[in-house]
Amino acid sequence: MYLSTVSRPVADPPGPGPRRGRFAMVSGNVIALGTVSLITDVSAEMVAAVLPLYLVLGLNLSPVAFGVLDGVHTGATALLRVVGGFAADRFRRRKLIAGLGYALSAVAKLGLLLAGRSIPAIGAVIAVDRLGKGVRSAPRDALITLSTPPEALGRAFGVHRAMDSFGAFLGPLAAFAVLLVVGQSYDAVFVTSFCIAALAVVVLVLFVRERPTGPAADGPAADGPAADGPDDPKVSVREAVGLLRGGPARRLVLAAAMLGLATIGDGFVYLLLQRRMDLGLRWFPLLAVGTSLAYLLLAAPLGALADRIGRLPVVIGGYTALGATYLLLAGPVDGWPLIALALTLYGAFYAATDGVLIALAGPVLPARLRTTGIALVQTGQALAYLVSSVLFGLAWQAWGPEHAVRAAAVAVAGVLVGTLLLLTSPSRPTTRKVLR
Amino acid sequence: MTAMSTRAKLGVVVASAVLLGTVAAGYAATAAQAPRTPPPVGGEQAVSLAPGPRLLAITDRHVSTVAATDPAGPRTVGGLECLRVYAAAGTGVCLKPETAWSYQVVVLDAELRQTRAVGVPGLPNRARVSASGRMVSWTTFVGGDSYTSSGFSTRTGILDTVTGATVASLEDFAITMDGRRHRNPDVNYWGVTFTADDNRFYATMSTGGRRYLVRGDVAARTVETLKENVECPSLSPDGTRLAFKEAIHADPAKGWRLSVLDLSTMRVTATAETRSVDDQAAWLDSGQLAYTLRRDDGQPDVWSVPADGSGTPALTIPGAESPSPLT
Repeated sequence: MYLSTVSRPVADPPGPGPRRGRFAMVSGNVIALGTVSLITDVSAEMVAAVLPLYLVLGLNLSPVAFGVLDGVHTGATALLRVVGGFAADRFRRRKLIAGLGYALSAVAKLGLLLAGRSIPAIGAVIAVDRLGKGVRSAPRDALITLSTPPEALGRAFGVHRAMDSFGAFLGPLAAFAVLLVVGQSYDAVFVTSFCIAALAVVVLVLFVRERPTGPAADGPAADGPAADGPDDPKVSVREAVGLLRGGPARRLVLAAAMLGLATIGDGFVYLLLQRRMDLGLRWFPLLAVGTSLAYLLLAAPLGALADRIGRLPVVIGGYTALGATYLLLAGPVDGWPLIALALTLYGAFYAATDGVLIALAGPVLPARLRTTGIALVQTGQALAYLVSSVLFGLAWQAWGPEHAVRAAAVAVAGVLVGTLLLLTSPSRPTTRKVLR
Repeated sequence: MTAMSTRAKLGVVVASAVLLGTVAAGYAATAAQAPRTPPPVGGEQAVSLAPGPRLLAITDRHVSTVAATDPAGPRTVGGLECLRVYAAAGTGVCLKPETAWSYQVVVLDAELRQTRAVGVPGLPNRARVSASGRMVSWTTFVGGDSYTSSGFSTRTGILDTVTGATVASLEDFAITMDGRRHRNPDVNYWGVTFTADDNRFYATMSTGGRRYLVRGDVAARTVETLKENVECPSLSPDGTRLAFKEAIHADPAKGWRLSVLDLSTMRVTATAETRSVDDQAAWLDSGQLAYTLRRDDGQPDVWSVPADGSGTPALTIPGAESPSPLT
C-alpha cells in the first residue's frame, strides 16, 4: 500500500518541553501534494522566466500594450477561489477541484502556443493560468490539513512550502537550459512546461488521496459529529456564509486580512533595496532569487518550530521579521550586509507565515467547511495586500520612500497588536487552543 | 478505483514521464532544426557609420547599410549583432546581446569598433545618439519589478561619451509636473531624443497610467512635463518639431498614430501613416520620417512617410528595422 502516515509524533505528551518526533516524516499525502506543487512550480516559473523575452523579442510586441491588459484579473480570481473552495467542500471533492486547477494551468501553457501574436488571446491565456492557480490552492491546503494530525500541521506545511519553492527555484534554470539547447525557441519552453505540468497532474491523480485512510484519519477528521462523513448533509451556502458571521473563523479571516495590510509587496521591497544599494540594475532579478533561497531553506525548520512552540508565536515572529526588513530598508546598515540581512529576514517572513498561517487556521475551521475557510483566509489576505500596495504607493508619493517604508514598519507593529488581540482574546477558547 | 498498487502507480508515473519527455524533446528537436538564416557576414565593403548618403538599419539582427537613394537595393550587412541601432556624426550605439539573456549598450566609432560598453538590465527597446555624436541614450524593458509586480517597467539611461558620465536610470531625476514637484515610484521613462546643446533632451515619462512628453536637463538632473499622450519623441534636424507616437484616444491598447508636434505652436499633425506605429521614428531629412512596421508574422520592414501629413507611406527597406540616417 501507499506509504502513508508515519507522521504522528508517537507518545508525545502535549505540553512544554522539547518534542521528540520532530524529524518524523510527514504524511504520504502531504509528500504527494508537495511533489505535485514542486513539479507544477518548475513548469510555472519556466514560463514566467521567459515570458518577457518571448513577448518582446519573440513576438516583438509592445510590453506597454501588454501591461494594459494586466492586473484586471485579480478580483475575478479572488471570487473564483472562494467559489472553488465552496464547491470542493459541498461535493467533498477537494482533490478533483485542485486537480482541475492544476489541469487548467497546464492547458494554459499550450494556449500560449495557440495565442500567437494576439494580445487579447495572450491576456486570456494568462488569466486562465492564474485562475487555475487561484482555484487549486485552497483545496490543496485543505487536503494537507485533512491528512495531517493537528499537532504536526506546521511541519507538514513547512515541508510542502519548501518543496513548492524548490520547484520555483528550479523553474528558471530549466527554462534557460531549454533555451540553451534549442536556441531562441520559446515554443519549446512552453511545450516542455506543458509536459512538466501534465506530469504533475498525473502524480496528483495517482498519489493524492481525497480521504486519508489509516491512523491519520482519526486525527484531523475527529472533529466530532460535524466531521466529513459520507452521510452528512451537504454543505450549504448558508453554512459557508456562517463562517463569516462569527466565531473563530471570522476572527481568522479578519486577522489574515489585517496581516495582509502589513505587506507592501515584493516589488517595492526590491525597489527600495536597489535604490539604497545603488545596485547595478541588471542584478535586480537576483534579489528575488535570494529571498526564495531563504524561504526554501527556512520553511521546514520554521514549520517544525511552529509545532513545538505554537503557530501564532511563529507567525508573529514572521511579521516581526517583516517589520525589521522595512526598518532595514530605511535604516543605518548599508552595502552587502544590508542585502544579506534584508533578504534573509524577508525570506524568513515568508517561511514563518505563508504555510504556518494555514496551519494555524486549519484546525479552527470545521472539516466540512475547511476548503471554503482556507479560501476565505487566502482571499482576505490577497485583497488586503492589493489595498496595502496601493496605499504604500500613495505614501511614497506623499512622503518619499524612506518615510513611507518607516510608516509601513509602524503599520506592521499595529497589525501585530491587532492580530494578537483578535486571536488571543480570553473569551474564545477555540482559538486559544491553537496557541498551544 | 484504488486497486492500483504503489508499484503500478509508480510505473504509470514513469511511463508518463517518459512519454511527456519524448514529446517535449521531440518538439524541441524540430524547433532547433527549424531553418535559421545564417548571420550574413561581410559584404563587398565593410559597414561604416561615417556620415554619408546611406541609411543604417538592422537586417536579421545585424547592422547593415543601404544607399539613401536606393534603400531597397544592394545592402551591406556587417557581423555585429544588434537589436537596436542608431548613429550620428560617426558615433553609433548598438544594443547588443551579451549572453542569451543579457544585453549591453555598446558605443561604436565610425569603423564599428567598440569604444565603450555598459551592461544593462532587461530587453533592448530604444537607442539614440545626439546629432553631434556626443550623447548616447537607451531604453530597456525590465519584466516584473514594477510595484504591480506583474507589469513591465522601463529603464532609460544616458551616457556622455566625452566625460564618460553615465546616468543609469532617469528615475532619480527631479520631476516638475504641471508646475509642481512630483514623485511616485511608478515613474518610467522611455525614448530619449537630444537637443543640439547636448544637455537638454525630450523623452516620454509615464506615471499614474498616463504618458507625458517631458523636457529634461542632464546637468541639472531635472525633467518637466510639457504635454500629455506624447510618446517616443524624435527631434527634427532643425530642432523645431517632434515626431512621436500618439496613443489613439489616449489608450495604448488601441494602437499609436505617428504624428508630429510643432514645438512653437504645440500643434499636432497626424502623418498619412494610419497603421499603428510602435517605434521611435527617425528623421531621414527635414521632411521624411522612417519607422519600423511589422508584418503579421512579426517580420519587420522600414517604411517612410512625409512629416507634414501629406503623401502616402512608402516601403523603404524591406526586411529591416531600426532605421537611422548616417548624418
